[in-house]
Amino acid sequence: MALKPEDVAAIAHLARLEIRDEDVSSYADNLSRILDFVQQLERADTEGVAPMAHPLAMSQRLRADEVTEQDQRERFQQNAPQVEAGLYLVPKVIE
Amino acid sequence: MEWEVVIGLEIHAQLATKSKIFSGASTAYGALPNTQACLVDLGYPGVLPVLNREAVRMAAKFGLAIGAEVARRSVFARKNYFYPDLPKGYQISQYELPVVAGGSIEIELEDGATKVIGITRAHLEEDAGKSLHEDFHGMTGIDLNRAGTPLLEIVSEPDMRSAKEAVAYMKKIHTLVRYLEICDGNMQEGSFRCDANVSVRPKGQKEFGTRTELKNLNSFRFVERAINYEIERQIELIEAGGKVVQETRLYDPEKNETRSLRAKEEANDYRYFPDPDLLPLEIDDSFLEEVKKTLPELPDAKKHRFMESYGLSAYDASVLTGSRAMGDYYESVVRTLGDEHAKLAANWVMGELSGALNKDGKEITETPISAAQLAGLLARIIDNTISGKIAKDVFEAMWAGEGDADAIIEKKGLKQITDTGAIEKIVDEVIAENPGQVEQYRAGKEALLGYFVGQVMKKTQGKANPGQVNQLLKQKLG
Amino acid sequence: MHTKTIAELSRMLAAGETSSEELTRHYLERIRAHADLNAFITVTEEEALAEARRADALRRKGEAGPLAGIPIAQKDIFCTDGVKTTCASKMLENFISPYDATVVERMKRAGMVMLGKTNMDEFAMGSSNETSYFGPVKNPWDKTRVPGGSSGGSSAAMAARLAAATTGTDTGGSIRQPAALTNTTGLKPTYGRVSRYGMIAFASSLDQAGTITATAEDAAMLLNVIAGFDERDSTSVDKPVPDYTATLNDDIAGLVIGVPKEFFDDGLDPRVAECVREALKVYERLGAKIVDVSLPNLGLSVPTYYVVAPAECSSNLSRFDGVRFGYRCENPTSLEDLYKRSRGEGFGAEVKRRIMTGTYVLSAGYYDAYYLKAQKTRELIKEDFCRAFEKVDVLMGPTTPTAAFGIGEKTDDPITMYLNDIYVNGVNLAGMPGMSIPMGFIDGLPVGLQIIGNYFEEAKMLNFAHRYQRETDWHTKLPKGFE
Repeated sequence: MALKPEDVAAIAHLARLEIRDEDVSSYADNLSRILDFVQQLERADTEGVAPMAHPLAMSQRLRADEVTEQDQRERFQQNAPQVEAGLYLVPKVIE
Repeated sequence: MEWEVVIGLEIHAQLATKSKIFSGASTAYGALPNTQACLVDLGYPGVLPVLNREAVRMAAKFGLAIGAEVARRSVFARKNYFYPDLPKGYQISQYELPVVAGGSIEIELEDGATKVIGITRAHLEEDAGKSLHEDFHGMTGIDLNRAGTPLLEIVSEPDMRSAKEAVAYMKKIHTLVRYLEICDGNMQEGSFRCDANVSVRPKGQKEFGTRTELKNLNSFRFVERAINYEIERQIELIEAGGKVVQETRLYDPEKNETRSLRAKEEANDYRYFPDPDLLPLEIDDSFLEEVKKTLPELPDAKKHRFMESYGLSAYDASVLTGSRAMGDYYESVVRTLGDEHAKLAANWVMGELSGALNKDGKEITETPISAAQLAGLLARIIDNTISGKIAKDVFEAMWAGEGDADAIIEKKGLKQITDTGAIEKIVDEVIAENPGQVEQYRAGKEALLGYFVGQVMKKTQGKANPGQVNQLLKQKLG
Repeated sequence: MHTKTIAELSRMLAAGETSSEELTRHYLERIRAHADLNAFITVTEEEALAEARRADALRRKGEAGPLAGIPIAQKDIFCTDGVKTTCASKMLENFISPYDATVVERMKRAGMVMLGKTNMDEFAMGSSNETSYFGPVKNPWDKTRVPGGSSGGSSAAMAARLAAATTGTDTGGSIRQPAALTNTTGLKPTYGRVSRYGMIAFASSLDQAGTITATAEDAAMLLNVIAGFDERDSTSVDKPVPDYTATLNDDIAGLVIGVPKEFFDDGLDPRVAECVREALKVYERLGAKIVDVSLPNLGLSVPTYYVVAPAECSSNLSRFDGVRFGYRCENPTSLEDLYKRSRGEGFGAEVKRRIMTGTYVLSAGYYDAYYLKAQKTRELIKEDFCRAFEKVDVLMGPTTPTAAFGIGEKTDDPITMYLNDIYVNGVNLAGMPGMSIPMGFIDGLPVGLQIIGNYFEEAKMLNFAHRYQRETDWHTKLPKGFE
């Protein structure tokens, strides 16, 4: 599995990661090696094996429908890069 | 060429839980921005989701109500995409194994016929926040109060063939979720929203045409208009030799048009996979039994019962079962008066009461005249204390908060005159005062009877029993 | 004082032979003196002294539990209320958590004193502590070598006795491998035994919190505090927590140790194999039975791990988008620019590699071949372990194929680095508990014995570890200059 620079660009876009031009080839190389490495799974016989999503065979616990959280906006927004009027600001979203 | 329209709807109903689907933050509408967004809703590092039992109960309730399979095991997955109103960069939703699968409901068409619309699935998921595009120095503001509000996404089969059918279906689901008390149905507040998948195909063709998905349909009227616009656009496009592109389109109610949202859709690859923070949701018999016990009488069943027990027309029964509260109100009035007065009760609930509610923009649950009070008023019509016409005045006074029917009748002296002697005296006066009209009447102009009735009513301020007045006048003039 | 275990310190505190404040000052002094190890990202000196004084006050009132006043260092992956929590990333360089992780909260409630936050691989992605934004950590046994990873700050701090105990997290060996490379005792409990709430997620179905300590007894004392059900974590298990110290000295005669033959592959340094054999002899002397077992699919564990873990991490790390917290790039020109540059500049190379690997294996057209396939091979691996536990009480083998490697030695090739975790990844995939305890030295560098238990059998595993530590003194050895 040899990833081309445009493959790296497509994956990086999906993951919203900026990869500098000069780094693309090294990512392409590393990712290709990782994918080659994990591709050995192909050879494993998994006929009839149920996929395992979770280590423990448990089911989801349900919580009571109660409001337990109070407003802590000010505290939580201390970590925010940019807020105004209680809103988180981002560059204009075009709809 | 004749075209056939194919429509499927995806309805998002916000579930009426107190807290969010995966956190203990409040779901109340209208709070200051981000004051109801806790660490889980904000997607803070390290925090984890825990599922709200009530949301599961409500989803199961819906499943039972549409005769669907409530899955014994369903799985929450992550739908991965970046958007500022989606704090974690993924939405927790059910993908491969939804909690509800394969139900249906019946809608009524304009010609009175009915049609069954299939419901493919209904699954639980979390709502996103809101982007506020007002100008913050050229930036967009993000409010995450809504993030994490439980949603039931109800996906129909592509069974609808016109915008009108789509609206009828949507209204039916709207009524149902409110009956079940799982959603408040408030469309202005976005508690009940809809996306429509629309395509057209030449009549008789088996394969579906390419569909577009219409978003932002937050009223019944918009659903109808947007779909009709889109049908026309697609037909025109194809007839002009063009091709419909599979895409998401946004409805603009101001311009009454749909426009492409392609920019946002580009390269969508949601990379769904089971959410490792949540375990499979298992619903057992005892849970379902418990939910079954809370199922109310459903709208269709109630409608048929109203038609049978109360002799109502299909239309009247439909209107009176339009909401659970309306049905309860009506039945409470009938219970007091007796089934033989069901029609009178229906006329008043659908007429005076609904009219007054509409005028004041009130819901039946906010009515200032209770069912007991309305029954009290109607009882006075039935026992001839007042006429139907006077009753309308009494109703107005009751609406204005002047008290019960009896108190108002008493205070205003509206009691009907039923004493034959008293009425006869006034009838005689009227005959004596109008010799010309009497002559004309006797010469065959029988339409003048109404004039004489009016004169009698005028002299009694409308309190004379109209039946008796009619009878006496005919007798004396004849 | 720093050569004492927390069991000993607890007795000294109870006897009034020392105070928490004195202990805390002593460790803070050591942290300062050995700052060159780069084991800490944040030292919370003031808070630590205040907590120590509170613990001493409690003790005077007779209200102190066994761990009250014991100074501990927390891996910087655990959220700590009001204290910087960086995950060793530029992304969270200035992030101050507004809440405590459950592990932290429970230790605080027990009266433990937090000295600070230890260095680690960025977002716990690494086996050498070289991916930290705050620079590599040095192994106290040889400062040109790595202390292991991702809990490398904790293992180095423990080896150098800069704290009485430390915490770690283990997604693919991140507690056991650094413990092995630093002559410390690492404990990874069963998945679900310790709450993940407040532990910044790397791969949710694999992550588990644990400890790096001087002894198995210390590990048992800490597990008593941190184990148990947490309603804020859906994957936390509601199962009673035994007193893990109560069974440490139990007789192990007649119990069965399984030795998976797959652990003794070509990649294993024969000298490490020799150490394992020596350790097994100690157990034989104690009456345990040694049997050979096979985990036929163990070879699939590293490739399986490098599909599952990146897939989950690619999604878990999407929340770092420069909007609500964390690093935001300068002057973003559009939403896309904000996302791409904030994430591109805020994450280091290894994190980006894993996010991209994960994104790829989940994407349309590749999901079945990679992710779904890995979920199935994961099941095979788990079944191997379960089958082995039908016949044995614990499994034993080497923790790592070699002793600590040099800083910079394996950074060029991710695969070589990944293969360092060949003996530890499988345990995470199965979700079972595992430990690494000191078992000797190769050219002056420590190596670890891995003990693997069946689900929720931490007590038995700790019992085996403790009995070994009663017979041997490897775990008491300290690196030169740190005695």
